[in-house]
This record gives sequence, C-alpha cells and structure tokens, in this order.
Amino acid sequence: MFGVGGGTNSYEEVEKTDVILLWGSNARETHPIFFHHILKGIHNGAKLYAIDPRRTSSARWADSWLGLDVGTDIVVSNALGREIIASGLHNLDFIQHATQGFDSYAKSVESFTLDFAERESGVPKATIREMAHTYAKADRAIICWTLGITEHHNAADNVQSLINLALLTGHIGKYGSGLNPLRGQNNVQGGGDMGALPDRLPGFQHIEVDAFREKFNRKWNTTIPPKRGWNLTEMFHAMEKGSLKALYVIGENPLQSEADRKHAEKVLRGLDFLVVQDMFLTPTGELADVVLPAAAGWCESQGTVTNSERRVQMVRQALVPPKGAKDDMEILYEIARRLGHDWGTPNSKDIWDELRSLSPVHAGISYERLASGNGIQWPCWDESHPGEMFLHGRLWEQPRNGPPVSFTPVAHDPPVEKLCPEFPLRLTTGRRLDDYNTGVQTSGFQSPLRRGETLDLCPEDAQKLGVLNGEIVRVVSRRGVIQAPVRTTESLRQGLAFMTFHFQDKINTNILTIDETDPRSGTAEFKACAIRVERLEA
Amino acid sequence: MSDSSYWFKPPPRPSQIPMRPAEPINPLVEISIDGEKVAIPTGSTILDACKKIGLDTPTICYQDTLTPVNVCRVCVVELEGSRILVPSCSRKVEPGMVIQTDSERVRHSRKMVLEFLESSVDLSTSPQILMQAKRYQTDPSRYGDPAPPAAQNERDHHHAGHHEIPTGAQALTVAQPPKVDNSLYVRDYAKCLLCYKCVEACGTDAQNTFAIAVAGRGFDGRISTEFNNPLTDSACVYCGNCIAVCPTGALSFKSEFDMRKAGSWDESAQTQTDTICSYCGVGCTLTLHVQENKIVKVTSPFDQEITEGNLCIKGRFGYTHVQNIDETNPLSTEEVSH
Repeated sequence: MFGVGGGTNSYEEVEKTDVILLWGSNARETHPIFFHHILKGIHNGAKLYAIDPRRTSSARWADSWLGLDVGTDIVVSNALGREIIASGLHNLDFIQHATQGFDSYAKSVESFTLDFAERESGVPKATIREMAHTYAKADRAIICWTLGITEHHNAADNVQSLINLALLTGHIGKYGSGLNPLRGQNNVQGGGDMGALPDRLPGFQHIEVDAFREKFNRKWNTTIPPKRGWNLTEMFHAMEKGSLKALYVIGENPLQSEADRKHAEKVLRGLDFLVVQDMFLTPTGELADVVLPAAAGWCESQGTVTNSERRVQMVRQALVPPKGAKDDMEILYEIARRLGHDWGTPNSKDIWDELRSLSPVHAGISYERLASGNGIQWPCWDESHPGEMFLHGRLWEQPRNGPPVSFTPVAHDPPVEKLCPEFPLRLTTGRRLDDYNTGVQTSGFQSPLRRGETLDLCPEDAQKLGVLNGEIVRVVSRRGVIQAPVRTTESLRQGLAFMTFHFQDKINTNILTIDETDPRSGTAEFKACAIRVERLEA
Repeated sequence: MSDSSYWFKPPPRPSQIPMRPAEPINPLVEISIDGEKVAIPTGSTILDACKKIGLDTPTICYQDTLTPVNVCRVCVVELEGSRILVPSCSRKVEPGMVIQTDSERVRHSRKMVLEFLESSVDLSTSPQILMQAKRYQTDPSRYGDPAPPAAQNERDHHHAGHHEIPTGAQALTVAQPPKVDNSLYVRDYAKCLLCYKCVEACGTDAQNTFAIAVAGRGFDGRISTEFNNPLTDSACVYCGNCIAVCPTGALSFKSEFDMRKAGSWDESAQTQTDTICSYCGVGCTLTLHVQENKIVKVTSPFDQEITEGNLCIKGRFGYTHVQNIDETNPLSTEEVSH
C-alpha cells in the first residue's frame, strides 16, 4: 500500500498495541507463532476482535467475535467507518495533514448504517458500534488479515476498505498502529519484493516506468519489454483462449490448488507444452511434458526469504538433495546456458548482491549482516541502516514528507454465487493447524491431530438435513459433485459449511469451488461458493 | 490502487528512522555480591547481577523466556538479614543487599538439592545437571539403593495425602516406564524433576494451550494431562514447545527416543543448521539437527525474537517429505528403503 506492498508493523508491536482486529484470519492455526505475539498482546491488556464467519480457535481468544456472513466484509468495514465519522471519532488532524479524498469516502459510507450492516452481515449492530468506538479511541491499533479478506472476487476492495479505516483514525505509520497482511508461505512477501509480479521489477519498481527499466537494461545488457505481464488468472484466461501455449510451473500444483478443478485440468491439458519443476511428481507434474526434479528450497539450498514483517532472512542448506534433484537456481542457470546465455556458476550471494545494486530498499542488507543476525527488515537503505521497524512514519512528519495518501471508496459487492433453494448452503474453505495447502509437504508426517477431509456443518444444519457425524454425504455445487464425511462443529453458524483443501488426492474440494477472480489481484473466490448436501441413500 | 501515482515513484523515505518508543531508564541499584560492588538497573534479579560479574550460578528450572517459578532451589544465595536462602532467579535487587553465593550454607543447600534429584530422578540425559552435581561433590548413594521402579501408570494413581513415609532403607525414585501414546512425543517421567518448564511453555508463557499441569502433591507430584488422559485425548496440539524447554530429556521427540533406544543417536555426528520454515509467512528460524543426511530433530533458537524457541506442529515435525519414512506403520519413524 502507498507505493510498497508489505505489512506496516513488526510482530513485537502486536504485543504492545491496545486493539487488534484480526480480520478473515485464523492465525491460531495458520500462523501459530504470530499468534503467540497476539497472545502476549492479550496478556498485556490488548483487546482482540475476530472478524470471521467461523468462530475459529483464534476467535475463541477474542474479546468480541463478529461472525459476519461470508463476503460482507465491506458492509462491516464501511459501517465501522460511518459510525466513526458519525460519532466524531475520526482523526481530523491526521486526515487533513496526510490524506486526500476524505469527503468522497464519507459520502460513500453514508448509506452503511448500523441497521443496514446488521441486516446484511448478520452481525448485531451493538457489536459493530462497540468495535468502531474502541478501534477509533485506541492509542494504538493494528489490523491483521489473511485470505478471508483476499480470497474473494473483490479482494482488492476488501483490503482497501481496511486501509480506509486506518486512514480515518490515524492508526498507521506509528509504533503499534498499522495494517498487516499475514503471508501464507515463507516467501510470498519475498517473491513479490523480488519482482515476481506481472508489473514489477525487483524492489516494487514499476516496469512501465522508463527510468526503472533503463537501470535494469543497463545492468542486464538487454531490453526489457515495456509492458506489464499477466497474473495467474490472466494466464489461465489466455490458455483457455489458446493465446498462451506453453507453461513453466515452478513449485506450484495448480491442478489441485486452483478453484474449479475440472476447468483447471481442461485448460492445463490444452497446452502445447508444460514444464513442471517441483520436489515431487505432483498431479500437475503428471500432466507435464517435461519434469525437472528440484531440491527442497528451505533445507537443500541457499538463499533468502522475506517474512510478513518485511524481514529478509537467510535460508541455509542442511541436507544434500536426493540424486538427480537440483537447486532451482542451478536449473534456471542451465536452461539459460542451453538458450545461449552463460551466466556462469550460480551463487546465491552474487545474485543477492546484484539485487541490492538494483533495488534501493534492499541496498543495505548484506549477506554478512544476514548471516550474523536474525534478518533485517526492508526498507534498509545502506549498510549502517538498521531497517525500518514500521512503515509510513513520514505521514506524521511536520511538514508532511511526500504526497498525501488517498482514501478509496469501495462498494459492497456480495459473492458472485448467490444462495438459492437449489444450492442453499455457503461453502467456505481454509487451512487447519497440522496440514498445509494441497498436502504435498505435510502428507508425509504422522500428525496425531489429522482427521482427514470432512464437510463441517453446524449441528442444527446437520439435524435439518438428517445427517449424522461421520456419515458420508454428497456435496454438490454448480461445477461438480464430491463425497465427504460430515463433521459437526459449533464453530459454524447455520447456513455455513467449511472444508479444507489438504487432502485432494482423496477428496477434491476444488471440484466445488468457483473460479471467479478479482481482476486486480488475480485471487479466486475460494471463500464463497454455493452448495447443497445430499444423503447417499436419498 | 486509486492513486496509482504512488506505484510509479520510489516510496518516500521518512526523515527519521522509525524506532520503538524509548523505554524509561531504570535507576541503578547498588548491591554487594561476595564482597564485590555491583550496580544494576532496578527490576533486575540477583541472578542478573551474578551474571554481570561473571559468576556461574547453577539453575535448572530457570529460563529467560519463561516466568521464574522458584521450584528447583538450586540457584539459592545467602542474603544478609534474610532467615532463609533466596532464589536468585526471581528475587529482585534492592539497594544495599549483601549477598553470599559461595558460603558454606549455600554450598550445602545446593549440594542437598542436587543429591535429592540424583537419588530420585534418572539424570542420564541431563549432562549439565550432572556437571553441577560434580561441582558440589554430591554423594547420592548415602540415601540408600534406589527403590524398585513403579509399574506403568502406577504413579499416576497416587492421590495427595496417600504418600507413605519411607523407611529410609531405600531411596525413593520416580522410576517408571516411558509413556509412548502417539507418533511424535515420548514422555519418560522417570527423568522428570518437576521443574514446571513444560507447564509454563504450554501455558501463558508461550503456547497458551494448557494441555498439562502438575497433579498430586509432594513426592507424588507429577506432570499430567487432564484426568491423566493419553496425549491423543488431551488438548495437546503437538507444537513440541514443552520438549524444547525440558532440561532432562523427560520429554523427547519420538525420533530421538527411538534412535537412542536403537543406539544410533550420535550427537557428535550431528550438524546444526539454521534455516527458515516454509509453512507460512511468519518466518520462524528452524535449527535442523542432521545426522547422516537425515533430519533427526528440529528446534528453534531461544534468542530468536520471532520464535523465542517456539514452533508449531508443522515446523517441528513437517520435515518428513525430505526424508524417507514408513507411512504404513503409524507409530514408527524408522527409516525404510528408498
């Protein structure tokens, strides 16, 4: 946000803040050690609000749980904004000093009354009001979110609506106040920072800016095309149309991880040429023309990753990879060589130093500093700089340093797939504590907690459907049918069902999910599709 | 992003480096330790002061990431004017304290504490405690031969007040067979000296899961799950943070337990490499203990500010995809052929 993409605070600030909004995140299970910092905050007296359709194990720690209907996040956030303005609790000094667009924002939230919000989201208005007042009045307040915000067709709007709240109250750019997306993998942050985005060169430097491109052209002795590329969703559309014919997949299992499995399989099978580079022969790999066996990045190779507090950290090799498996870096160098470009012998330090010479926010993070400490947070402008603990402090400087930041009015746009008599249940998906994504890495260890895939329902819905705990049922969406055992849980409310996507070799949840994606971020609406449940003998 | 102009410019730099607010400066307190004057900030412990002047104070239940519980009594020192010896790990410094750390009384007390532990607890995997015992020239044999071990689960049924007064002919012990009820942990309570560290790590100091607590009283005290259920029926989430803080090996990873049993555990042949966990974006440091190109144990450094030594089940145990494990036997972590 505001020019760079990264969490604005450090984990320690969660321990020292007064109010934490945990929005669309079950951090207790998906980011357990980050949740330790939240727990310290709670023990230090912070109030925790959990905004989540499910009463998760994180929500159980909250002072207040806002069990909103799936896809009504903007209803709640805009209602918070309206209530804060209506009660005169917005930080007018900060708004005038550091922001622009307040008036149009205020106008845009005008219709989001507490009554409307209660009706649309299912959250009692007194609860929304209380949260609005507590958040606005706090000295320090932090908003954290995960995929409950971003796995929607309007992901970017959802994020924007939270940014608006921080601007409204001035909870940004200060120790203990800010906005923090929790990253789902060890290098989601680092991948984006390194330019693995369709429109960025390393260090968030936009590819369509001549000066940035020119710098890289000189360094690489080449000419970078001046146009942004495609995100994953756009690539799938291009494959569908036949304008993208060859695909090189590194360390991903899109056949199982993409929404609407049948569609993903059709598209991947339609390619002229598919290369898959992975630690294992994944189901996607089985479709490939060429498979390149890769070493495990986290323990069989050397390099860096960047975490959710923007901390660049060193990954070190502890194991010799199995015979035939090569470091990703070596494979890429070898491909370059076969294409007629000899880049020499791959060396992670040399690559990092090249990055430092091109990305100003990384310039001060030397390998020596990384090796001797616990990592350094970007931006780190030179080798004497300690790294920035929190971002956007400039907004508080007198006079203001740099341009003001903008409010972005956003409208409520419910999930694409509406509930109807034929498909009356809302299915949402997510992770559990002991398993990970499509199970490629976690299926090998014997977790005493693992109970396999289930269709989670609340006891009332199970009773209404006449199904018992453990009974195998048919789960039907507009895209397909699967069978799964029922598990009743009081963490769900009526009308809401939950599944993971950890066991897709056995139960393929993504047969059901909908491939409606956010045009700006390319994320699919994994959090909301419509299903019905049928008994097998019926 | 509505104002896309941000995205086309380098982010503005703050004119000052963002920092945490300055902590209030604690005034110094002056105390005397073994005749030496020490000045140390208010709020420090006697142990901090001892460390500052380079004194090697034995500790067992103390760890700087956990709240001191003062149960092992091995760190006690003599404080002038105090009727009893005081635990240095938790007693805060006060102006003018006069402290002896190596007086006859202190040495005698530390020796007795260590002797009691040696006579009743299996310390075979606690080399640091055995070194302390040597330093204080203990003689646990003077309490008699060890009594025969308890049967499996026998000690779990002792109730408070039911303890019989020993005859003095034999040394009572906590010897009993290990509890192996799941694929990841072993609880070998013959090695447990009740330091409470596991309870604290499972409780408010780290994990906040509260799966274990101390049950029973006095010599019958023991670490227990609720109603002494098997771990698999408890609140345990298998983070292994209790194992990480256990000073005696009473709690161990099944992989280590099995290798020790088979005689193949060889710390001299192990390397330790720090890397970053791949299971989410928090960035926990994993120390991989590797023997013969296999991960045999995963820990995290206690001085690492993100983890403070804590991990979750995935980080701690989710490494088997890089080695070869027999998936057909749920309680086995023995290696099978490639």
